[in-house]
Amino acid sequence: MSGSVLISFDKVWKSYGQGEARIHALAGVDLAIRRGEFVAIMGPSGSGKSTAMNIIGCLDTPTAGTYRFMGVDAGRLDRNRRAMLRNLYVGFVFQGYNLLPRTTAVENVELPLIYRGVAARERHDLAMKALAEVGLVGREHHTPAELSGGQQQRVAVARAIVTRPTLLVADEPTGNLDTARTHEIMELLTRLNTGLGLTIAMVTHEADVAGYAERTIRFLDGHVAADTINLEMA
Amino acid sequence: MIWETIRLSLLSVRRNVLRSFLTLLGIVIGVAAVIAMLTIGSGTTEKVKADISKLGSNLLVVRSGRPAGPGGPGGLDQATRPLGSKELAALIAHLSGARAISPASQKQVRVIFGTESLTSGVTGTDSAYLYARDWKLVSGRPFSDSETRSGTGVCLIGETVRQQFFGAGDPEGEIIRVNRTSCKIIGLLEPKGYTGFGQDQDNVVLMPLAAYQRRIAGNRDIDSIYVAADDRTPTNELLPRVEDILRDTRRITPDREDDFSIRDMTQIADAMASATTTMTGMLGAVAGVSLLVGGIGIMNIMLVSVTERTREIGIRLAIGAHEKHILIQFLVEATVLSLLGGIVGILIGLALAGLASLTLAIPFAPSPAVILLAVGFSALIGMVFGFFPALRGARLDPIDALRHE
Ligand SMILES: Nc1ncnc2c1ncn2[C@@H]1O[C@H](COP(=O)(O)OP(=O)(O)O)[C@@H](O)[C@H]1O
Ligand SMILES: [Mg+2]
Repeated sequence: MSGSVLISFDKVWKSYGQGEARIHALAGVDLAIRRGEFVAIMGPSGSGKSTAMNIIGCLDTPTAGTYRFMGVDAGRLDRNRRAMLRNLYVGFVFQGYNLLPRTTAVENVELPLIYRGVAARERHDLAMKALAEVGLVGREHHTPAELSGGQQQRVAVARAIVTRPTLLVADEPTGNLDTARTHEIMELLTRLNTGLGLTIAMVTHEADVAGYAERTIRFLDGHVAADTINLEMA
Repeated sequence: MIWETIRLSLLSVRRNVLRSFLTLLGIVIGVAAVIAMLTIGSGTTEKVKADISKLGSNLLVVRSGRPAGPGGPGGLDQATRPLGSKELAALIAHLSGARAISPASQKQVRVIFGTESLTSGVTGTDSAYLYARDWKLVSGRPFSDSETRSGTGVCLIGETVRQQFFGAGDPEGEIIRVNRTSCKIIGLLEPKGYTGFGQDQDNVVLMPLAAYQRRIAGNRDIDSIYVAADDRTPTNELLPRVEDILRDTRRITPDREDDFSIRDMTQIADAMASATTTMTGMLGAVAGVSLLVGGIGIMNIMLVSVTERTREIGIRLAIGAHEKHILIQFLVEATVLSLLGGIVGILIGLALAGLASLTLAIPFAPSPAVILLAVGFSALIGMVFGFFPALRGARLDPIDALRHE
């Protein structure tokens, strides 16, 4: 189900520090992800996975090399233009959920729509719909503190998809969840990938989680060490 | 979007009620002080103006003795020649632009009726006095010219004197003793209340000048001459004419200074009003400093708020907020916070001013302009002092902000 190229890294470097202390989180990465792909990114801690994800999600820019998102040279856009790209085309799911505390589920999900200038009534309707899609009917007015980890991550997924993005960036989305909750979230992501054609880039440490994806990219010391098609589904 | 932001900031105020309250204390106290002081100040100004106009507007008061000033205090000069009927007659004969000219000699004297007694301000004068000072009679009649000339024992009394001797009763025709003489009450003066200096203007007895001079003062001096300007003549034009006539009458050669003083009540009224205005202004400046302190409080709490909510800012930036959205969010929050403080301060300030006006017996004079200014000013403080923290929040790097614990 691969379409046109959505994401491409051309010799992307990301370096921190100066002189002796200079480290390269990414050291000349080349990779491409097509529309509709579900890609798992694996690799040891410190291998540059999160750095790559931040660039993919237009949160960060490369130190050198070219990052293209939807054919746009996103690595050279200014802050506000990248914010616009994120708002229009990217949804984020983080390991730590990152919901606003003391704010209800539906208000959390409405948040990206606020920055799109969607009217209050429509915002509410769309948020309620997104919460229904992730199976949280009846929990709309709970605050994060009143929800379990799995439920909070579902709210985060609803917030990521409420804008109908092209790309979902998920950095260790199941890292804080138990096995049962992990599989629920992975089934949800798989459904979004197949049902909506959502492109997903997901970091994980667990092979069975990676197994939900159709392709696995392995990072090692800021390089792509392996890029394989997953033959069998978990 | 903006309503959303305002709602959001009210929520965050509500979440931290105690902290918000403490933060706002500076603004609340500052605004309350400004409002209370300006309101009390304008009440005092009104009161002073009203008091002075009770003394008589467009009125010149002539006394013997050099005017107060670098030459020394008036009236204490050894060589002072008292005023007399000669000066009065000259003014009546030659002064143009006066509505009324009247002599007055005064003394605190024990007044007795039956077994009751009271120390009153007894004034010897003529029938023009009521006219010059704009005093009215509630009942009875003023002195006739013949009574003034012959010094008949008749008198007009003030409300305090009536209450002391006759309660609510009618005093007309009763005989009271004033010092060693007695006089028949022929009229009652309209009540005027206290002056701003705490003097009871109703504890007075008026009697014909000749009677006063003969039976109370024991001389033919005149303490002061009241000259009321007519409607077309400003007092500052009338004053030099009075001076000329008096110098002439008293034969003062050009090389010598006046041995009498002329006080312009209008000028005194203006001077006092401007004195209270100056004082109000100074107190206002002090209050302004406390507003500045309040503004720094706002800045501090907004910096804390931005730091505390770094992760929230990261989330908002990640999902597509622009710098300006974050900037506006925190600016609105600071402004709402500061405005809340301002409104609470205005209410407290008005309450204080109301209380003060009750206890000090001055008019309660809240000024809509001042209140509006206070609202605008507290909003401005929020914006100005909230700007730097808001900018700091808006400039955060989303990745760093998301990593923040
Ligand atoms: N802001 C930063 N400053 C300095 N070093 C960084 C920064 N972000 C990441 N790094 C370094 O870059 C390397 C890759 O980090 P990261 O992409 O987070 O790895 P991971 O694969 O565990 O997600 C690590 O050595 C990390 O310490
Ligand atoms: Mg990582």
